[in-house]
Amino acid sequence: MLTLYARRRLINALSLGISILAMLFGLFWLGWILWTLLANGLQGLNLNLFTQMTPPPGGEGGLLNAIAGSLMMTFIATLIGTPIGILAGTYLAEFGQRGWLAPATRFINDVLLSAPSIVIGLFVYEIYVIKIGHFSGWAGAFALSIIVIPVVIRTTENMLRLVPNTLREAAAALGTPQWKIINFVTLRAARAGILTGLLLAVARISGETAPLLFTSLNNQFWNSDLNQPMANLPVVIFQFAMSPYADWQSLAWAGALLITASVLTLNILARVLFRQTAPSH
Amino acid sequence: MFELVRESRLKYQYWLDIAFRNVTRLAAFSVLILLLALIGSLIVASLPSIQAFGFGFLKSPEWNPVTDEFGALVPIVGTLVTSAIALLIAIPISFGIAIFLTELSPRWLRRPLGIAIELLAGIPSIIYGMWGLFVFAPLFAEHVQPWLIEKLGPSPLFGPLFQGIPMGVGILTAGIILAIMVIPFIASVMRDVFEIVPTLLKESAYGLGATTWEVMWNVVLPYTKIGVVGGIMLGLGRALGETMAVTFVIGNAHKLSASLLMPGNSISSALANEFNEAVGGLYTSALVELGLILFFITFVVLSMARYMLHRLAKREGT
Repeated sequence: MLTLYARRRLINALSLGISILAMLFGLFWLGWILWTLLANGLQGLNLNLFTQMTPPPGGEGGLLNAIAGSLMMTFIATLIGTPIGILAGTYLAEFGQRGWLAPATRFINDVLLSAPSIVIGLFVYEIYVIKIGHFSGWAGAFALSIIVIPVVIRTTENMLRLVPNTLREAAAALGTPQWKIINFVTLRAARAGILTGLLLAVARISGETAPLLFTSLNNQFWNSDLNQPMANLPVVIFQFAMSPYADWQSLAWAGALLITASVLTLNILARVLFRQTAPSH
Repeated sequence: MFELVRESRLKYQYWLDIAFRNVTRLAAFSVLILLLALIGSLIVASLPSIQAFGFGFLKSPEWNPVTDEFGALVPIVGTLVTSAIALLIAIPISFGIAIFLTELSPRWLRRPLGIAIELLAGIPSIIYGMWGLFVFAPLFAEHVQPWLIEKLGPSPLFGPLFQGIPMGVGILTAGIILAIMVIPFIASVMRDVFEIVPTLLKESAYGLGATTWEVMWNVVLPYTKIGVVGGIMLGLGRALGETMAVTFVIGNAHKLSASLLMPGNSISSALANEFNEAVGGLYTSALVELGLILFFITFVVLSMARYMLHRLAKREGT
């Protein structure tokens, strides 16, 4: 029979041991997934990948059109989403003290932040793809921009709130109009944080597959016309991975490695950038 | 007296101020419009299906594009069951990770480990899907599923859940993959809310001779329980809407079976697989209605999550 003290010690040791195991459990999956990607993807990573188009089954080829399509749509989505996101975030942080609009927006934004991305694809399909009658790169970019906006709003608001009020007051005491205070003082002070949010948003959309399925779909050929269906890495990976052809599958692995490497790099970059410039307190 | 600033310039700046404020307000307003448009367009597009099936849509397991009969029961059950499995696995693991990160880890390891866990959240879901289908499912079918079928299959209580043949893909596999995906979300919320517990409170408990586990279980957890539940809800919201990872491993079979080892279907994977191939107005409309149901469920779950986290944040402020 254990004494009460010994039993408490035992329970403590057991549960803390389990917590260490839980940590290892989490790291284990990360390691396993990354290792799988490297093992399967590295062999497909060669020059052809970046210079040739997606092949028909059994043919030689690369992922050039998919990479280009992904870059274009990501770029346009960021271009559309960023100004709206930053402006709305500014409203929430700087003007949102009174009224119903700010709390409502904040709430809706938080919900949109983790809303299922496939529903966003459906939405763009219903309001845009049906109207123009075919899948297109623009539709893909719109769908992605709807994912960018909440991320940017969230980080912009949070970063602006970190800017000390004394800075605003000092500028106001000099007689600066409010729009100048916000544009040239507070937004500038929060620049690095907002950039971090932007990087995270880009990281988030560059791996998104679901919203692109019903919007940009895929294209086997080179296409730089945003009004046409457009190839993109995630959908190509999806189709190739699900196919029975070995060479398609190995291209899919190479693409998967490429996407994961860029997403993780963006993530780490964002964190490093933020740490260097975040106000310490 | 002379004028420091001319009246007209002041007026000009005043108008610029108003213009700027309204531009930002418009941007904020556009988020609301976006949500309304999203819900509105989904409702309009699913009207034919709503009119054809009414509330029976939710209860019918039928899914037959040939005879144009559709019901949402199978995908809804699939979505809920996979998410439930995911939470069942992810909650204790995330709790362990959060304890480790806040109480046990050496200070220099906290940041890198925290980032590693967050990177797990950064991996695109399609990667989880591929890995699940090509790496995890075969191993699972070979080593774990036969064991489950042999040991748990005959038991009277849980038996029906674990009967069938080991084929790797299925509801259980999808649930496990989802668990790995939501662990980082739940764990990082838990870690964040554990860190707001006043040091004074924890030190008082330690001062009374409590062990680390007792402090976590009896002091930290009760203090942060709203936030912890909020974090879990957030993870649930993620799990419900997750598409690609589930599509790869759930098996995409439109039938209801008691066994977790059998293939099933979830709302999001039904959409991903069938939407582009759907011909005929009613088929498409039924799929959109599925999307609407999914959005509704996640909306409710995420609203509750936000509400709870908000309440905790508020209490911290006072």
